[in-house]
Amino acid sequence: MILLINTDLLVIGGGPAGMTAALKAAKRKAEVIIVERYHELGGQLTKQTHRFFGSKSEQAGTRGIDIARGLTKEIQNMSEIKVLTEATAQGYYEDKIVTVSYQNKFRKIRAKRIIIATGASEKMMLFENNDLPGVYGAGAIQTLMNLYGILPGKKVIMVGAGNIGLIVSYQLLQAGVEVKAVIEADSEIGGYLVHASKIRRTGVPIYTGHSVKSAIGESSVKGAEIIKLDENWQMITGTERFIKADTICLAVGLRPLVSLLIQADCAMVYVPELGGDVPIRDENLKTTNDQIFVAGDAAGIEEATAAMLEGEIAGLKAASEIGYLSEDVVEETRRLKRELKKLRGGPIGRKIRRGLSKVRGDDNVKKNRYSHLR
Amino acid sequence: MLKRTGIPTSDDLQSVTPDKERLLEGPVAIIECFNEIPCDPCFYSCPFKAIKKFDDINDKPELDYSKCTGCGNCIASCPGLAIFVVDYPKNRLSLPYEFLPLPSVGDKVWGLNRAGKSICQVEVIKVKDPDKNDKTAVITIRLSKKYLMEVRHIKVGDLDE
Repeated sequence: MILLINTDLLVIGGGPAGMTAALKAAKRKAEVIIVERYHELGGQLTKQTHRFFGSKSEQAGTRGIDIARGLTKEIQNMSEIKVLTEATAQGYYEDKIVTVSYQNKFRKIRAKRIIIATGASEKMMLFENNDLPGVYGAGAIQTLMNLYGILPGKKVIMVGAGNIGLIVSYQLLQAGVEVKAVIEADSEIGGYLVHASKIRRTGVPIYTGHSVKSAIGESSVKGAEIIKLDENWQMITGTERFIKADTICLAVGLRPLVSLLIQADCAMVYVPELGGDVPIRDENLKTTNDQIFVAGDAAGIEEATAAMLEGEIAGLKAASEIGYLSEDVVEETRRLKRELKKLRGGPIGRKIRRGLSKVRGDDNVKKNRYSHLR
Repeated sequence: MLKRTGIPTSDDLQSVTPDKERLLEGPVAIIECFNEIPCDPCFYSCPFKAIKKFDDINDKPELDYSKCTGCGNCIASCPGLAIFVVDYPKNRLSLPYEFLPLPSVGDKVWGLNRAGKSICQVEVIKVKDPDKNDKTAVITIRLSKKYLMEVRHIKVGDLDE
């Protein structure tokens, strides 16, 4: 039996963006369904044991896991929100219906508006032997360690000195794992320097301008050969060095998970600053498909605080379009956009600002990367 | 260079260190936050309004040393664990610490510098881990004056290691 469920708003993805989007719409009395692939809400927040940066008014100083708990509880207390966990959105169809597999059944959901907040996936890196057991993505290590209490190994080489590489290094140290080194191809540390300093002062060296040449080992990782890079990121022969380790952790970037958006014929554009293909959208996160909004990492890789604000903006706008108007919508939307702008306002946000300048406007719609599929 | 190694340079440090005169007056916070990141909880943590309100959330924190009492409230508020309190007259340093096991008062532990090198033995004289700190303990150590501006972390465990 295929069940058809009607709702006001369908939110796909129960991470930071999806949760705030659902709450914002439900508080305006919209009926909301959240479809979440994992067995609980929270997305990446459920692994983030560190304190968040950002504005105090947007939960800065609070640990990610506690933000997830707080939002989950709020959602559970809202009768307007129905949460389907261990549910996967399978596809978007021409009759504007989303199919979802849930409890071994195939369901159809027809929603007046859809917010796609599917997050991101990790990028892989090419080097010899990168398929050896012991080579992990940073997300996998966080899941093993912070959700299930399992150590990935005893001696880890971290690849990538962006915030994820630095934070996961710190979490490994907290779990009692030895972090042998952080390797970064760029000539400078990409993440916040306070994160770099706090692992550096425990004794972990950070090698900027270095990369992994190969993983060493027969049946599992026994170490890595690292090598210096020149300013054009070319390996400098003769600078190879062996580091003993049983785990190589890759934290080399994320890519927005946008397959549903592509399928729903949202115009897409490739923006390296945002991590890959992202949908063209307006300032309320509405894509070129009038039914569909996007929020969070699926809209471009950024911090969770920005994802939560985007979720709120999209949730508010979606609720208004469905007909749940409230007096404060204009003022509240303005406030959220102001917060988001402040967050992205500094030098750290420069890359994001440059990326975002490429996702708006008709000229960009013409560049739709997937128009040839139609 | 900080951006290549994660270790602040002496120039970086000079920009956030009060003058000798202020140091001699008693405890004062040192905020080792060197890049403009969107973050402001330290401002809200200060009961004496010694940390300037952020015009732009991306600004680096600015501390008014004359208003700072060295109470240490800000230490655990900083998501970057970048705030320390130095009590120069009493040879004391307070630092944020998020590792287990926590040290106990009276323990002799290693003092590590900003590069993670064990440079001296220090004595733990206070361990504060109240609920409001949300698992960021604040450890106060006593150490030789010459290392007060060098030590920024401790290593708990056998000193012989």
